[in-house]
Amino acid sequence: MLAPPREAAVSTRRVVITGMGVLSPLGIGVDENWRRLCAGDSGIGPITRFDVTDYPTKIAGEVRGFEPTKWIAKKEIRQMDLFIQYGIAGAALAFADAGLDQAPVADPERFGVFVGAGLGGLATLESTIAALTEKGPRHGISPYFVPAIIVNLAAGQISIRHGAKGPNLSHVSACSTGAHSIGEAFRTIVHGTADVMIAGGTESTVTPLGIGGFCSSRALSTRNDEPTRASRPFSASRDGFVLSEGCGILVLEELGHARARGAKIHAEIVGYGLSADAYHITLPPPGGEGAQRCMKMALRDAGIAPEQVGYINAHGTSTVADLTETQAIRAVFGGHSERLAVSSTKSMHGHLLGAAGGLEAAISVLALKHGILPPTINLDDPDPGCDLDYVPHVARATQVEYAMSNSFGFGGTNAALIFRRGEF
Amino acid sequence: MTTTKTNDIEAKVIAIVCEQLDVRAEDVSPGKTFTEDLGADSLAIVELVLAFEEAFSLKIPDNEVDNIKTVGNAIDYIKKNASGAN
Repeated sequence: MLAPPREAAVSTRRVVITGMGVLSPLGIGVDENWRRLCAGDSGIGPITRFDVTDYPTKIAGEVRGFEPTKWIAKKEIRQMDLFIQYGIAGAALAFADAGLDQAPVADPERFGVFVGAGLGGLATLESTIAALTEKGPRHGISPYFVPAIIVNLAAGQISIRHGAKGPNLSHVSACSTGAHSIGEAFRTIVHGTADVMIAGGTESTVTPLGIGGFCSSRALSTRNDEPTRASRPFSASRDGFVLSEGCGILVLEELGHARARGAKIHAEIVGYGLSADAYHITLPPPGGEGAQRCMKMALRDAGIAPEQVGYINAHGTSTVADLTETQAIRAVFGGHSERLAVSSTKSMHGHLLGAAGGLEAAISVLALKHGILPPTINLDDPDPGCDLDYVPHVARATQVEYAMSNSFGFGGTNAALIFRRGEF
Repeated sequence: MTTTKTNDIEAKVIAIVCEQLDVRAEDVSPGKTFTEDLGADSLAIVELVLAFEEAFSLKIPDNEVDNIKTVGNAIDYIKKNASGAN
């Protein structure tokens, strides 16, 4: 049962998801996240990392109960920012889920890592600037400062830990980072450069600069007295996104390679689209024209008709752009928009920035695998212009064949991924 | 410098080495090299030297760092150069 030919196909290699590792405000690991997503729980709460007195936003989605020593030697922990620690943990979980901890990848040169981040090590940057001011350059700046903060050290650290000697890159595209990383890893396997890729995004920016920066651009919700109700995508009373942290990391594998080692297969990745708005640094163009082209490209890449998509995990950040995404979905899916289920799980886990696309890709795969569509919570008062089926409030048992995951980032950079349910 | 002060320096150096390199005190003795025996890489040695500098209020020039290869080298250097410390 071969997939329909790709447009301008250069290869018939198929790619499947054999491992997943996630950390989010909903928990550590896929099982805890999925249980709480199906229950419609929120992971949002008061910020505990720093004194928020002077900040208009006092809530965020923090990862709770993270014990880095489970994955990282004690002396190495202070040598890396938290986003790298999350990436290492998520990759280790995905690696184990894929069974690769039991038997190594046969050819390590065909095993790569594409894990990115939107911003990198803000917390370490902030503490280092404070130490520099206090102690001067010799004693204020650790020799580990640079490798602790730069974005590609997540991918670097993961490659070192798992012996992945193939392609190693960190794509940086703001809130589309995780999705682009997975899409590019998919292409790298289809192209024949690698057989196994660890791919996704990781982020940790619940810091004075991270919260303060998005506060300054008026992007964050200030519903401080109701943290669990603050992320309310598609509702009329939405007032900005809720900043979160964590990681979403997948193991992508060429189908024959996965079959040969008897790997458990979660789903197939069949389509990837990417585009630029070429319009504005933070605002989407009217009608979400760039997002439309991105979704259409993913459908063409998958070789499927819009009607075959049953579920979209929306970008849906709980900002004005939810309306634009709705319009873009209507433009791409036409009459099928009435039958399509669309949910924003950011209503529960908040916005993980560079990790969002990775986490939401994993959630899309889980929705296909379990035949359950996670809900959009807090949708008490839908925006009149947001008129799709957003799976409000409670999860729904529905088996769909294809799921799309959307990610749109500052700079006007868009990514869409399409996954297919499969018996393998 | 009194014997007590000398022993204090030795104990303090060993404590810093344990903390920085995450090794146990029983594995740290004057003859142990930082790289081969205690697992330090070049960045870890820089960090270790900075920790010595802070703890003993001295400055170890880079050309001297190259000669500090063992725990004993560090103790000797600090004893010689940190007369004001402690």
